Amino acid sequence: MSTDILRFATAGSVDDGKSTLIGRLLYDSKSIFEDQLDAVERTSRTRGEEQTNLALLTDGLRAEREQGITIDVAYRYFATPRRTFIIADTPGHIQYTRNMVTGASTSDLAIILVDARKGLQEQSRRHAFLATLLQVPHLVLAVNKMDLVDYDQQRFEEIKQEFSAFATKLDVTDLTFIPLSALHGDNVVDRSLNMPWYDGPSLLHHLENVHIASDRNLIDVRFPVQYVIRPHKADDPELHDYRGYAGQVAGGVLKPGDEVTHLPSGLDTRIAKILTADGEVEEAFSPMSVTLLLEDDIDISRGDMICRPNNKPAVTQDVDAMICWMAESRRLTPRSKLIIKHTTRTAKAVVRDLFYRLDVNTLHRDEDATELALNEIGRVSLRGTQPLFADEYKRNRMTGGFILIDEGTNTTVAAGMIVQAG
Amino acid sequence: MSQAIQASQPLGRYQLSQLDFLEAEAIFIMREVAAEFERPVLLFSGGKDSVVMLRLAEKAFWPGAIPFPVMHVDTGHNFPEVMEFRDRRVAEAGVRLVVASVQEQIDAGKVTEPTGRWASRNRLQTSALLEAIEDNGFDAAFGGARRDEEKARAKERIFSFRDEFGQWDPKNQRPELWGTFNTRIDRGEHIRVFPLSNWTELDIWGYIGRERLDLPSIYFTHRRRVFERDGILLADNPHIVRDDDEELFEATVRYRTVGDMTCTGAVRSTADGLDEIMAEIAATRITERGQTRADDRSSEAAMEDRKREGYF
Repeated sequence: MSTDILRFATAGSVDDGKSTLIGRLLYDSKSIFEDQLDAVERTSRTRGEEQTNLALLTDGLRAEREQGITIDVAYRYFATPRRTFIIADTPGHIQYTRNMVTGASTSDLAIILVDARKGLQEQSRRHAFLATLLQVPHLVLAVNKMDLVDYDQQRFEEIKQEFSAFATKLDVTDLTFIPLSALHGDNVVDRSLNMPWYDGPSLLHHLENVHIASDRNLIDVRFPVQYVIRPHKADDPELHDYRGYAGQVAGGVLKPGDEVTHLPSGLDTRIAKILTADGEVEEAFSPMSVTLLLEDDIDISRGDMICRPNNKPAVTQDVDAMICWMAESRRLTPRSKLIIKHTTRTAKAVVRDLFYRLDVNTLHRDEDATELALNEIGRVSLRGTQPLFADEYKRNRMTGGFILIDEGTNTTVAAGMIVQAG
Repeated sequence: MSQAIQASQPLGRYQLSQLDFLEAEAIFIMREVAAEFERPVLLFSGGKDSVVMLRLAEKAFWPGAIPFPVMHVDTGHNFPEVMEFRDRRVAEAGVRLVVASVQEQIDAGKVTEPTGRWASRNRLQTSALLEAIEDNGFDAAFGGARRDEEKARAKERIFSFRDEFGQWDPKNQRPELWGTFNTRIDRGEHIRVFPLSNWTELDIWGYIGRERLDLPSIYFTHRRRVFERDGILLADNPHIVRDDDEELFEATVRYRTVGDMTCTGAVRSTADGLDEIMAEIAATRITERGQTRADDRSSEAAMEDRKREGYF
């Protein structure tokens, strides 16, 4: 079990064959079980459908099966000898932009499906933009239904060029194009004999081999303090002075003996030991959950940050951020008061300014916008009641991302990505 | 699935293996709950998922004690082997055990015992669970549910909001971004927390093997008197009404899941060690719930409907 995990999101228009592709990946990796397939076949027959509807495998909710569409993100799992995979199966409809954002937030890779006959649609552009806004490190444009265009290389090249031109407007770090037919399995698991002109990898081969280890930030040490462990066992005097700072490494590599700085105090000390329940470790990196023992007794609590003396995040009450608004019943307007949760720190915050609303289809910036409604994206400035220890989202998704919560309803109303801290 | 247990190439220096990744995530989730809620509780049935959960809780707060009690929703129809294991393991972990008893609810006239061929107390667990959450003022309850178990569970959040009636509304879930969990609730509401969301059945077994975790004996092969109903092998037990044509016979079996005796089926197996069990699971073409849980078969949305009512 020494495989690693790749998390990816699938996106694309409603009828671009997303469910078929997921069904194919699950089926060919033997991750669909007989009883699940039986249930789907039974339901397909009951409804009078001619073919087994693989979408029924992925649409888990009653309402989804009734309407025949995917409403919410679902997570699927499959494994090959090289890797295990977590799929965030996200809906294509525009009204579920927030779910695409949710799925993309934890993904290493996004697959955007395009129907070879129809070419790029609004949704293809929107999903590519959302994936890059969320800084998904690897993007795959899967040109599907190649069987319906006679496996025509010219058609594939046209779509490739059109998307490449669009991608120059986006912040894309790694982009791969794969022509395939999810229905027939061309270039999904095995290379297709129908497209001898294509010399790239099959989709699964790409998923198995894409290099993700360097996507995490291993440079800037960030350790948000999550929980203070103070055992106080009466019968164990050794534990009397034990004070461990537990948390998940959000960036960089920590080692015993390293000089570190505590924020907000700014006091310097050294790491005495890095512990887990299995014993001491020689180094800790993201996303390990560890406990730090420090050489000096500093007053440290949840919400604080441990970093390096010469490499600190911004300590600031003011951040500029891209916001994806997710609330149905409330809009974001300047002077809105909300709760911000950023790493392990929670504070009140006020929206000081809405700079613009972004049209996710054209990437046009509407600077006259006065509010953001459900599924709208815009750039705002926020001021918190407490300082945040913030990085640009581009540099670190864990210390650059935050959520906003409505104080009255307790619902999560927005996802935020810090563009500029301080 | 069969390939997953084979070894693969060694990982790079700053890469976590699958199990280390899942463990780190689960520990983060448990600490987040302990930090942000006043009265969490960990649901513990004695089954393999809750065995893993209890180990993760021990690890998350080590060398301190687990800062919350565990709770068993006891249908009164449990396997005696599992009850014995539950008490032993809880004592060993040094945690307080809260029992939410379905029998007490029936005795008090709060719920009605179902009758007939399909009678199962499974559904009654919801009422006992919700009452215990309310009586104890629990504001967060850890459950061992995994998204790979069932299609409705594939839609479940890691932090799942429940209203004051304990209900789950799948169309109105809180979006969950990065590892930033919204833990805010009003009084009377609670959150169900699923640290094992991203684990698969095989991950659970791999972890049990790696951590050398003790399990109830019924997970390993043994001889038992059973009868067959709808392709499921149910244990001979005083709580179930057999039809005349449902004959008892002795078989070599083990259990893939642990639940109520009236609806949890056994599988034919001679596997008596972890390696053999993992090989069996890697080769099986049937899901654990599909193979051994009669209660999921009552309708296409059986799990979703029970979860809406407050089931875990």
